[in-house]
Amino acid sequence: MTDSILGVSDLIAAAAGETCADGYRRIAVTEVEWQALARGCAEGRHDLLALWVDGKRVRIALRDPGTSLRAIVSLDCAGDRYPAIGCFHAPAIRLERAMRDLYGCVPDGLADDRPWLDHGVGPAFGNSSAQGQFYRFLPAEGEGLHQIPVGPVHAGIIEPGHFRFTANGETIVRLEQRFGYTHKGVEALLAGGAIDKAARLAARISGDSTVAYSFAFARAVESICGVEIPQRARLLRGIMAELERISHHISDFGAICNDASVVTINAHCALLRERLLQMADRCFGHRLMMDRIVPGGVVRDLADDDARALRHLLEETAASFANTVRVYDESPSLLDRTVSTGIVTKDLARRFAAGGFVGRASGRDFDSRRDAAYTPYDSLSFTVPTRQRGDVDARAWIRAEETAASIDMILHMLDRLVPGPIRAGSLTPQPGEAAALVEAFRGDVFVTVRLDEQGEVAHCHARDPSWFQWPLLEAAIEGNIVADFPLCNKSFNCSYSGPDL
Amino acid sequence: MRSFLFNALVKGPAVTSRPQEASAMAEEVARSLGERARLRLGRSLSIREVDAGSCNGCELEINALSNPVYDIERFGLKFVASPRHADVLLVTGPVTWNMKQALERTYAATPNPKWVVAAGDCAAGCGVFADSKACAGPVSAILPVDLHIPGCPPPPIEILKGLLALMDGADGRQVLAEARS
Repeated sequence: MTDSILGVSDLIAAAAGETCADGYRRIAVTEVEWQALARGCAEGRHDLLALWVDGKRVRIALRDPGTSLRAIVSLDCAGDRYPAIGCFHAPAIRLERAMRDLYGCVPDGLADDRPWLDHGVGPAFGNSSAQGQFYRFLPAEGEGLHQIPVGPVHAGIIEPGHFRFTANGETIVRLEQRFGYTHKGVEALLAGGAIDKAARLAARISGDSTVAYSFAFARAVESICGVEIPQRARLLRGIMAELERISHHISDFGAICNDASVVTINAHCALLRERLLQMADRCFGHRLMMDRIVPGGVVRDLADDDARALRHLLEETAASFANTVRVYDESPSLLDRTVSTGIVTKDLARRFAAGGFVGRASGRDFDSRRDAAYTPYDSLSFTVPTRQRGDVDARAWIRAEETAASIDMILHMLDRLVPGPIRAGSLTPQPGEAAALVEAFRGDVFVTVRLDEQGEVAHCHARDPSWFQWPLLEAAIEGNIVADFPLCNKSFNCSYSGPDL
Repeated sequence: MRSFLFNALVKGPAVTSRPQEASAMAEEVARSLGERARLRLGRSLSIREVDAGSCNGCELEINALSNPVYDIERFGLKFVASPRHADVLLVTGPVTWNMKQALERTYAATPNPKWVVAAGDCAAGCGVFADSKACAGPVSAILPVDLHIPGCPPPPIEILKGLLALMDGADGRQVLAEARS
């Protein structure tokens, strides 16, 4: 029994109870079942969607990729210890290290005892064991190896993080990341606050995915309160989410080319993005569409002439970006940099349940808009592009193909817009718990919310897609040259602020 | 690629072919900032951006300053890779405890004369993260700040206006005093 393996579908079949309104079964398990589920993760029976601690219980969200069944499994952690998932399933390691720092729940058996978010400074972590300690990077030993420390302050206009390269000449033999620099204590701030305040915080967990985070937070709260939002609000949410996606896909496509020294394409893409942001500002009153989605609906309606202008711009953007992608495809010197660079293997993408273009460029055919369908996507037909090669080129192509698909989606949603209310009549907070999965531009964002008796947020955890993508960058860069790191990194474009919480 | 470049050549620069309000403002503001910068610092002003804990929203808008619509490099204003090359530190985010030391070291590495601009509501007063134990405080709690640019995030045009205000002040500290009053 101690070495048994349990799949989440089998657990659900055997457990009593009903699936909750948010699509998850909630099951409390024993330590033995917990460990069997951990082995199930490692064996590929199910994907690990998230791991968090709430009220002295450690929880994992699991999804069976075959049946799409989802469950949130919890284990008592009253003694501040629980059996580690990370010793069976590597993708859990950083999550468990972060939760140990935040809540003091110690994952028993986890070999890596280094703190993650706790850098040993400031009052947030109490009597931190990291105080005055140097962070131990994993050793890489061999003849001719040298280290290149980079960050936390980087050369470009990007977020802070530390990259420790070990190289042999030009070739990288190991990359180890160290993050937590932008840790802002988001979970502590979310707890105990009103829903409105929490919504504004959720919108700022990772600014580039502000629409997706607001969308996920709103869906979770609406699920608890049993609120149905009006049809027009559903479509406006979809339009904003897709607008956010294409604005990033286009600019990142350009930035990838820029890191391969083709600045012309970057300038072109940056211009397309700027026009989209100006249009977002015109249509929704904010360039990044921050705080536009709130529990109960959306705060700003789309005027008819703005909708026409948006349609016109999207048609132009589609043609212009298609031409840009063609230029990319016809530039051998550019393809020479991107093809076969920074490969993520299919197996790793599957094990880490890597979302978004990182997963889909490595054959992981998952998109929460389709596979955990939510409104308005449940009534839209769209293609989810996948590629098999897993290199920088494949990730760039997924971006390009998704942009075209998203533009079609927005045009289709604009067609279906009919006048009507944009917010549900009233949102009466009630105690309860719900989770939501929303496809941000870089992958699926998982948000779980618990409301207390006063209708305030008792706990909220948001798992950024980057949690499961950053470790793959460490793997992808191995054997590549140092000069290709910016290119690989840009092809991932992971968030720092999102996973730093 | 040839047709691509040919089109770019025939159509001319985006910034002049789109006489929209935002573009026109961008050009006007960037030009006047450039002239003042030249008076003070020769023909260029170098800016080092430091994310001291932001949600990355501010970074998106600061990056946009380099797109063909705002194109601040035309005026001799540029973002540099090292604080040792910088005249201005453009700091975003509430300063997290985990970034405090890195920010102080970046400031120490910047040669005099230097200015600090705090961009965004978080940099000015920690924004929605104001009560967090993980945040050491706004930028002004760590470094002498010469100018605050409000916004969440501030649009690129506002950041340009802010840099202009910095150049307008005979003394950076005076601008700060005005901004606070």
